[in-house]
Amino acid sequence: MEILSLLGDGMLVALQPLNLMLILIGVSLGLFIGAMPGLGSVNGVAILLPITFLVPPGSAIIFLAAIYYGAMYGGAISSITLGIPGASTAVATTFDGRPLAMKGMARLALVAAAVGSFVGGTVSNVLFSFLAPLLATVALSFGPPEIFALMLLAFATFVGLGGDDIPKTVFSICFGLVLATVGFDQISGAPRLILFDMTGFLGGISFLVLAIGVYGIGEMLWTIESTRGEITKSEADISVKGIIEDTGTSVKKGWKGMSIGSFLGFFVGILPAAGATPASLMSYAVTKMVSKNPEQFGQGHVGGVAAPEAGNNSASTGSMLPMLTLGIPGSPTTAILLGGMVIWGLTPGPRLFVEQSDFVWGLIGSFYISNFFALLVNLTFIPLFIWMLRMPFTILAPLIFVLSIVGGYAAMQDMFDIWLLLAFGFGAFFLRKFDYPLAPAVLAIVLGPIAEPTLRQSLLLSSGDPSIFFTRPIAAPIMLVAIILLLLPALKFLRRGKSSRAA
Amino acid sequence: MRLGEIVTAGVLALLSIYLMYEASKNGVGYTVGKGPQGGFWPFWLGMGMLISTGFITLNWVRRVSPPSRSEEPVLDAFGIRTLILVGGGIIGFVALIDIVSMYGAVALFMLYYLKLLGRHSWTVTLPMVLVFPLALFFFFEGVMQITMPSGMSFTDPVYNVLYNIIY
Repeated sequence: MEILSLLGDGMLVALQPLNLMLILIGVSLGLFIGAMPGLGSVNGVAILLPITFLVPPGSAIIFLAAIYYGAMYGGAISSITLGIPGASTAVATTFDGRPLAMKGMARLALVAAAVGSFVGGTVSNVLFSFLAPLLATVALSFGPPEIFALMLLAFATFVGLGGDDIPKTVFSICFGLVLATVGFDQISGAPRLILFDMTGFLGGISFLVLAIGVYGIGEMLWTIESTRGEITKSEADISVKGIIEDTGTSVKKGWKGMSIGSFLGFFVGILPAAGATPASLMSYAVTKMVSKNPEQFGQGHVGGVAAPEAGNNSASTGSMLPMLTLGIPGSPTTAILLGGMVIWGLTPGPRLFVEQSDFVWGLIGSFYISNFFALLVNLTFIPLFIWMLRMPFTILAPLIFVLSIVGGYAAMQDMFDIWLLLAFGFGAFFLRKFDYPLAPAVLAIVLGPIAEPTLRQSLLLSSGDPSIFFTRPIAAPIMLVAIILLLLPALKFLRRGKSSRAA
Repeated sequence: MRLGEIVTAGVLALLSIYLMYEASKNGVGYTVGKGPQGGFWPFWLGMGMLISTGFITLNWVRRVSPPSRSEEPVLDAFGIRTLILVGGGIIGFVALIDIVSMYGAVALFMLYYLKLLGRHSWTVTLPMVLVFPLALFFFFEGVMQITMPSGMSFTDPVYNVLYNIIY
């Protein structure tokens, strides 16, 4: 009961005119920043951090959290309408969001993303409000072996993503993981894989360079070439009635994905170093795995949009938990928020809930309000995003190419990366022609920088003994499930071989 | 397509070997008591890539994958034309950035695509060519405070006017 009263007071703080105005501005700004390819919540929060010194600390963090929420909703927009994941958190949304848009169901995809995000945000807010201290302790028991086991589980669930051509899928995953190792070795600090001795590789290869290259350039070239220029544009009508109907359809068809995304996302989000990207990818993969029609995923399944969106929103709230209760940021964006809090004179950690109770509950209250307004603002802007899709393809295509290049430069600030992006784009075009699935490579380059250091840290902890993954109570069962999942395609292959011999 | 599939697998196998060679410079061993060296992880992933190309070749021999059964060309006349006109246009766009600035290159690329490839009227082309780069300028330089390449010095007068508006 005490929590309810504190939460009520917190919501009243968030509803004060100044805070409410900041929430509205924050979610709207965040929505557009998130929708821009190459820019995500981390850019929005980092760039607008200095502006927040004009308002009291409590209002400032509410504003930044609102931008965070808005950007999480916005990331889905470019994934669905343009087919380019604007941020790593929205990669999984592209898998089914884009096919839905190509079938003329962009409105349904956008509504499903918004509703999924809202459900994910709400479930995580409730979990956050009632279980914060308890979950913070659980998250602390996750060390490098547990996180590595979790990453392996994520890869294991992705093996099925690329369709039936397992060697091409495995190639794609390994390639993405190797690309993630280019640059400086995170453990020893030594330069590694500086390909062709080009200094541009010293900084590593960002996932964005690969993702924008693959989706913004390669996929677009492939679409233009394979449709012989006769592209049917997405015809979705814009009406309030339609949006209401789609809300019902999203809940009906996507409830399972939303539930999985909300709970799984929150838990992955609270783990230090994990965050919203693995959360959204795992939510997608698990929803596909438990679905009665997994073959419909990738072709335009509502659950395939709702699950990752619920997952990434839920994880965003989840990642605030270790930041507030332990002072450990769960994602790059929360790291910046943490920096802001320190500048404002607030010390995150267990004492924060006691010493700055008004601040903490004001912030938690603002999560609920921001989540609600983000849904409203998003639904209001859906007609604008649909209108974009109605443009003739000879106008939309150059816009996508330009946004890919400009967005890529905005994020990387280096022309070398833009040329690399083009090289990936042209490479992706040819690989796509030979049925190489490229999504696993993009997933691998995102998760690689978490997987490799945790593997090596674990082995350093155990003095090189790999049994560390099978003797710890949390890591062992996760590893076992991952290994079983990795072996599944081989078992299926053997069974198919047997049945064809029998026939 | 059949020839293309095996050539692609061969190129990817060479890429895998090159990546393994680069990784081996950092040591690919496993020091007892300390765990793997810096090149261990990328080396074995490169090995995974190489083994995968072996299986892809095996599937090609057995004619399992759809491209290995197809006798169509990888790119027909339309495909080659698309790749040259659209792909070449994008390369030209990126090459122009350091000369005429990011926004100048955007305007020229839009003009090329809308007028020459899309065959749109001037009433559609001109507003897009002028308004879109300006909108990008105000968003990135004004709101997001991200500076884009400004090209060679002859673009300075235009930039001075625009910067006077936002600052």
